[in-house]
Amino acid sequence: MATMASGPAKIERQISLPLSQAIKIAWRNITIRLSRALITGAGTLLGIAFLMSVFTGTLVQQAQGIEISPAQQQKNAWLVVMSLLVSVVGITNAMLMSVTERYKEIGTIKCLGALDNFIVKMFLIESGLLGLVGSAVGALVGAIFMLATGFGALGKLNWMQLLISYGICLVLGTVLSIVAAVPPAIRAAKMQPADAMRSEI
Amino acid sequence: MVTDTIANPEEVDEDYAGNENVVRVRGVTRVYQVGDTEVHALRGVDIDIKRGEYISIMGPSGSGKSTLFNMVGGLDKPTDGTVFIDEVDIAQLDAFELAWMRCRKIGYIFQSYNLIPVMTALENITLPMIFAGADLDEQMEKGRKLLEAVGIAHRMHNKPMQLSGGQQQRVAIARALANDPAIILADEPTGNLDQKTGHEIIELLKRLNKESGVTIITATHDDKMLNVSDRIVWISDGKIARIKRRDEVDITVGTVEGEV
Repeated sequence: MATMASGPAKIERQISLPLSQAIKIAWRNITIRLSRALITGAGTLLGIAFLMSVFTGTLVQQAQGIEISPAQQQKNAWLVVMSLLVSVVGITNAMLMSVTERYKEIGTIKCLGALDNFIVKMFLIESGLLGLVGSAVGALVGAIFMLATGFGALGKLNWMQLLISYGICLVLGTVLSIVAAVPPAIRAAKMQPADAMRSEI
Repeated sequence: MVTDTIANPEEVDEDYAGNENVVRVRGVTRVYQVGDTEVHALRGVDIDIKRGEYISIMGPSGSGKSTLFNMVGGLDKPTDGTVFIDEVDIAQLDAFELAWMRCRKIGYIFQSYNLIPVMTALENITLPMIFAGADLDEQMEKGRKLLEAVGIAHRMHNKPMQLSGGQQQRVAIARALANDPAIILADEPTGNLDQKTGHEIIELLKRLNKESGVTIITATHDDKMLNVSDRIVWISDGKIARIKRRDEVDITVGTVEGEV
């Protein structure tokens, strides 16, 4: 490792991106590019809505006294996994587009001294925030939809289980969003600062 | 010390007490692999850039100007030869140290300003300070001072979209100065600006150079920029063609009748 001595100022060697700042930047990126964010978020929203509706549907049927056969459960599980995979692929695609569009911005931020992991952090947080909001809304939509079908049996519903399912959906949605953003985030982090110099695409 | 021709490495006094040269380039070669062919962007370049100097690099497209520029600015590593920035061999730096250098030692200015569109002028300027670990109060105070220094304090809460080209470039200059760098690297800073605004930006850069002693290295085609430079470097076909001090070069900068 070479020594970086330049006169008196060699004490501060740190390069840091505090989490609060990263979150602020990520949130700003979401709110400014709202339409793109909505599309990315819609992927999570729909996938999680479906997941929650399956959870809720099961609880409603239990409240109505209907037994769900193992075959039915298996079918439900398969459908849910497939739909979540579709969501994840959609998120990865949308984030990849975002990264490609922002190549100049990324190159510039690197010229300002950002480490590779700052870039990864920013994109993962952005996707995570979108996932959180998308899951929160999606799970709500899915639950309400299913509850509407079983209106009569609401009294016997296991509300505790419903709440737990909501929590699971939130966590799962956020985690999947973050995971889906990993390949694009790594691609972004690898961009060279010199790319920011190029005025042509 | 000879300054108007390229010094032979053997003749140059290697005792750099006090860091007289902020950048030293020694026998730098850069070869790119493009498919099956090799592109020799730089073929053995030697140059010393003095601290506090205002130096312009000129060269046609494909001459290696951008490659040399990237070398000098720590954005690229040479295939052969060494680049010393403040007596540190940049090829020996790991990613962390490179980032540190870009954050603290070098400020970049681009032809297309490259401001972050989702942030206001003040936030753009304070972004490098965040990386450098400055706290919020420091950031705000210094940010305001820099905005005043470049003459754009009244627009500090505007986003780049709401600013004209000249104003954006001023913000970019303020951002480049955020962490008190030793070098400012400006790639065609007036390329996207009209004559008058370009002139203002050049005046601003020259004033900053004189007042704070920051070294300014530009790649340019602008005669007005050459006019305020201390030295001018011509590069062609991957090699330095010649280096001249400003007083050795005949530059006539004209104005158009009716120009404000």
